[in-house]
Amino acid sequence: MAIIEVDGLVKRYGGHTAVDGVSFAVEPGEIFGILGPNGAGKTTTVECIEGLRKADGGSIRVCGIDAQSGDSELRQVLGAQLQESELPDKLRVGEAMELYSSFYRDPADWRELIETLHLTGKLNAPFRKLSGGQKQRLSIALALVGNPRVAVLDEVTTGLDPQARRDAWDLIERIRGRGVTILLVTHFMEEAERLCDRLAVIDAGRLVALDTPAGLVARVDGRQRIRFRPSTPLEHAVLTALPEVSSVERAGSQLVVTGTGNLLLAVTTALAREQITAGDLRVEQTTLDDAFVALTGRRIDATDSIAAEEI
Amino acid sequence: MSALSRLTVTETRLFLREPIVVFFAVAFAPILLIVLGLIPSMREPVPELGGLRMIDIYLPIVVSMGIALFSLSGLSQLFASYREKGVLRRLRTTPVRPVVLIGAQLLMATIMSVLTMLVILAIGRLAFDVRLPGQLTAYLIAYLLVALAMFAIGLLVAALAPSSKSASAIGSLVFFPLIFFAGLWLPRDAMSGTLRTISDLTPLGAGVQSLQDATAGQWPQPLHLAVLLAWTVVAGGLAARYFRWE
Repeated sequence: MAIIEVDGLVKRYGGHTAVDGVSFAVEPGEIFGILGPNGAGKTTTVECIEGLRKADGGSIRVCGIDAQSGDSELRQVLGAQLQESELPDKLRVGEAMELYSSFYRDPADWRELIETLHLTGKLNAPFRKLSGGQKQRLSIALALVGNPRVAVLDEVTTGLDPQARRDAWDLIERIRGRGVTILLVTHFMEEAERLCDRLAVIDAGRLVALDTPAGLVARVDGRQRIRFRPSTPLEHAVLTALPEVSSVERAGSQLVVTGTGNLLLAVTTALAREQITAGDLRVEQTTLDDAFVALTGRRIDATDSIAAEEI
Repeated sequence: MSALSRLTVTETRLFLREPIVVFFAVAFAPILLIVLGLIPSMREPVPELGGLRMIDIYLPIVVSMGIALFSLSGLSQLFASYREKGVLRRLRTTPVRPVVLIGAQLLMATIMSVLTMLVILAIGRLAFDVRLPGQLTAYLIAYLLVALAMFAIGLLVAALAPSSKSASAIGSLVFFPLIFFAGLWLPRDAMSGTLRTISDLTPLGAGVQSLQDATAGQWPQPLHLAVLLAWTVVAGGLAARYFRWE
């Protein structure tokens, strides 16, 4: 049975429909990603699941509890890490953990949690003195201190440097290893691809695709691209005649061949027959990024993606 | 430890880590009493007051000012800034109920403000020979009623103010008329009939009179107790009605 069931969720702000009939189900033990550009309605969706916002339509159940009913049982089973929420400046790490664990019926051992999150050295540090990464880790620790069955992590690695981000990924996998189902909101392709078992792609408030990362890529196309520089000029027809090839384009001295199936073998065999060698041969696989563009018609917030940062 | 006691302990620690807030909420009123007491004329018996001295009249005013400062400069800003920073929003994702959260703040505020009151009484007694309350039970009851009414007003300000800055501005706007009718500039005994009637209906006016009555060894008048209760119920009810997590 699904641990989170979202059915026909609708949320409007004034005349603007932020979430427009989104449905999905998350299975126990999954890392389920919600992927989409900024403003797509990802956070609104999870805030409805967390019971922080009142939906205008549809139903949401978490561990069988109606998330919109105000049932306080929801807060025992769902741990949330929010975007843009803070603790009092002078609250110390240990005090925050002690305080939050007092809210739950069956809290986790917070000292162990702090150890896992590499914050033991910061037990007496006030919140405002923590670095961005430490704040994020504390925020994850607080989301887990109630021993939740579901943890919702909203843009948990935003603002972290690449190393801290990779550490956070390892951590999220370890949390899942403890049996916690994770709902991960992200707009980082690499993160979605690396962590998520399945992904819901949301754009402009609508669910545009729901699949595994590999499934999303395959769905967009089984297409591949091969680039090479032919040793002698070549009639395009030699290649377009092949059933695997869908198009051939010239790019400078290179040819770009797009197609499906065992494209590489078909092309290299045809070239060998013509006694042409292929210089600088490269096979380009479709990435999740390409899939996203194909699904939504645009790149995910390019200015903020990992690719942009690492250039 | 239960959520309520853990929250109360935590909020008390956080409060004590803010020296400026502590100064205005806890230390300012006792210091004012010392300053007033150092003025020689404050310590001379006034025949029209039945032989009481001005310092005797001012002690309950200073006590009630302590409460007003705590609720309008401490409590209301604390809540508004918690909301502004998303501290309340974060708490909302936990099983802790708002009533526990507010209860912890009120407990912390009551404990701190009772301590302030005791310091003021001790200074009055030891330094300026102001007599201790004749009716101790009545005094404590009156004190707690004033504190509750003022805390309810502080929470209402926090609920209505859009930001912590505006909470502090609204707090000051509310503070001055209230402290005027408590008699800080013109003691209630010197007020004209109309002013005094208005004062009777304000939380600090009713409060100062109740504390004075209890000091003199009498039970406060039902009117004043009713006024204090009414402020608590109305302001507290509105504060709960308009309470916002974010």
